[in-house]
Amino acid sequence: MNLFVGRNGKKNGQAAPSSPPPIIDMRGLRKVYDTGAIQVEALRGIELVVQPREFVAIVGPSGSGKSTLLNIVGCLDVPSEGSYRLDGEEVAELDLDELADIRNRKVGFVFQSFNLLPQITAYENVEMPLLFKGAGARERRERVGWLFEQVGLADRMRHKPTELSGGQMQRVAIARALACEPALILADEPTGNLDTSSGQDIMSLFEQLAEKGHTLVLITHDAALARRTRRIVRLQDGLIVEDGPVSRAA
Amino acid sequence: MLRLGLVWKLFRRAAHIQRKRMAMTVAAIAWGTLSIVLLLSFGEGLKRNFSRGSRGLGEGIVVVWPGSTGIAYAGFPQGRNLTFMPADVPLLRASIPELGLASAEMIRWGNNVAYGRKTFSKPIKGVEPTYGELRNQIPEPGGRFLNERDEHEKRRVAFLGDNVKRELFGEREAVGETILINQAPFTVIGVMAKKIQMGAYSGMDQDHVLMPLSTFRAITGRTRLSDFVVRARTPAETPELKRQLFEVLGGKYRFDPEDERALRMWDTLETQKVTINIGLGIEIFLGMIGALTLLIGGVGVANIMFAVVKHRTREIGVQMAMGARRSYVLGPLVVESLFLTAVGGGIGVAVGVGVVQLLALVQSKSNSDALQFLGAPTFSPGVALTTILLLGGIGFLAGFFPARRAVSIQPAAALRYE
Repeated sequence: MNLFVGRNGKKNGQAAPSSPPPIIDMRGLRKVYDTGAIQVEALRGIELVVQPREFVAIVGPSGSGKSTLLNIVGCLDVPSEGSYRLDGEEVAELDLDELADIRNRKVGFVFQSFNLLPQITAYENVEMPLLFKGAGARERRERVGWLFEQVGLADRMRHKPTELSGGQMQRVAIARALACEPALILADEPTGNLDTSSGQDIMSLFEQLAEKGHTLVLITHDAALARRTRRIVRLQDGLIVEDGPVSRAA
Repeated sequence: MLRLGLVWKLFRRAAHIQRKRMAMTVAAIAWGTLSIVLLLSFGEGLKRNFSRGSRGLGEGIVVVWPGSTGIAYAGFPQGRNLTFMPADVPLLRASIPELGLASAEMIRWGNNVAYGRKTFSKPIKGVEPTYGELRNQIPEPGGRFLNERDEHEKRRVAFLGDNVKRELFGEREAVGETILINQAPFTVIGVMAKKIQMGAYSGMDQDHVLMPLSTFRAITGRTRLSDFVVRARTPAETPELKRQLFEVLGGKYRFDPEDERALRMWDTLETQKVTINIGLGIEIFLGMIGALTLLIGGVGVANIMFAVVKHRTREIGVQMAMGARRSYVLGPLVVESLFLTAVGGGIGVAVGVGVVQLLALVQSKSNSDALQFLGAPTFSPGVALTTILLLGGIGFLAGFFPARRAVSIQPAAALRYE
């Protein structure tokens, strides 16, 4: 209930002129895949605003456009039409390198299949976004060490991903997502490849991050997981069909 | 500058991770370079030796023997045998302006040539001082060829083929020593420098003992020439020289200048044309093998690079999701191909040069004719550089294009790639 109030309070603050811009601000967003013979309209006019410190679940059956939406939210793909402002920056017109910089500074990804680079150590995986950012050696060392402590894997830093369990790998991935202090953390079925107990651990970690004030968007088809967030956005056939706070009472 | 530093750091990390693959690529480039370098080095050595060997007999010379007439002429019947006399050569010198050099030659086989307790049966030749230059018989340092004074004074001096010298003297100095030719003492004035001779009409020069023509006539009592060797002032004048020989000798010995059977001639220029064509053939053949080798090497290198980059499309997608710009993916790849090319090419050239030098060492210690004939393999930096650049370039392109495609699509697509 407490969380609920907090969110409402922020919603009230939205009107104030000094308030920060929304993290996600999508207007009339469409995405069409042109496969030559047929055109598939994956997103058909999305209006979505996510404020700082929100913890949002995007749910929907497969083929509803979840992944497409996630890709565009994470600047891994560009919309065909409409406007998308990420943390106040319009990204629809950016080129590949500018999008890369945006992702580097503003988005942290957590994938279902972890997507750690297998040949380098966990430490080097987490260091990678900092290298791309241009952080100095000392800053990288301190930041990476601190991140590993946060996810509770300080003793596993020098291991290769293949030497870690699924839950540990996902923790490394979360540490990597947090490396450049992103405005938004995007997680795509983060517990999909984990057993129940590891999945619970990861979900708790996300809850802690939300408590600390991170903005999180979680994509899942798991209703139980979705209910642990604070807001559920339901997609169907490329449109948002439901958007509302999680009812804790239920 | 930070960006170059980053590219370098990423390259070093990749190099560390992919030691095995990079070693394989280095080996492929090194092997290709080595093959081509050796192939063409040996080819060049063989070709040079071949053309030097064909000149070993003498350059642009015509050897002329008396024949027998094929046409009845001026009251003489067909089938008359001709002979050459010592006075013929001065006659030719006086009457043919195209004649550059000429030497009469007389040969007798089966002479006792002795030094100390060693005796061998060798052919001896009486020749003029011009013979050395005509027949490419160059004295070793410390000795000289026959000269005008030897000829004029009928000196008892001998110029030895290098094989004769080795048989008689071994490794000892021969110049200044006295040998016996059919029991008559001769002073050795020179030894022929070793040469590669591919054509011969009276045995190999290394087995001959030469003496002044006048001395030869005095000790043998012979008056007829075996043949004479001539050379035109320039190679282009050789056909005219040959025609003039028929005119002048036909006038003297009364045969028809059109009678081709009256004089037998060996025009080495004709032979050399064949040699040049064979050399060209060798070159084309080696070039083809070289091109095929290069193709195989290129396919190998391309295959490694292509497979790896293709395999990594998803990882490239991950890096881009982390915020890698295109240059952070492509840059290390460029550095990598430069590195692989330089190292692989360097190793290939180093080993190639090593093998070439080793062979030269073996050659200098061995008397094997086959090895000598292989000649000195000649390393060509141009060929090596071309090979290295080509292999490196192929590898680079094979890796660069898939990588460029991977970074040119939206990362969402690269991440979906399995």
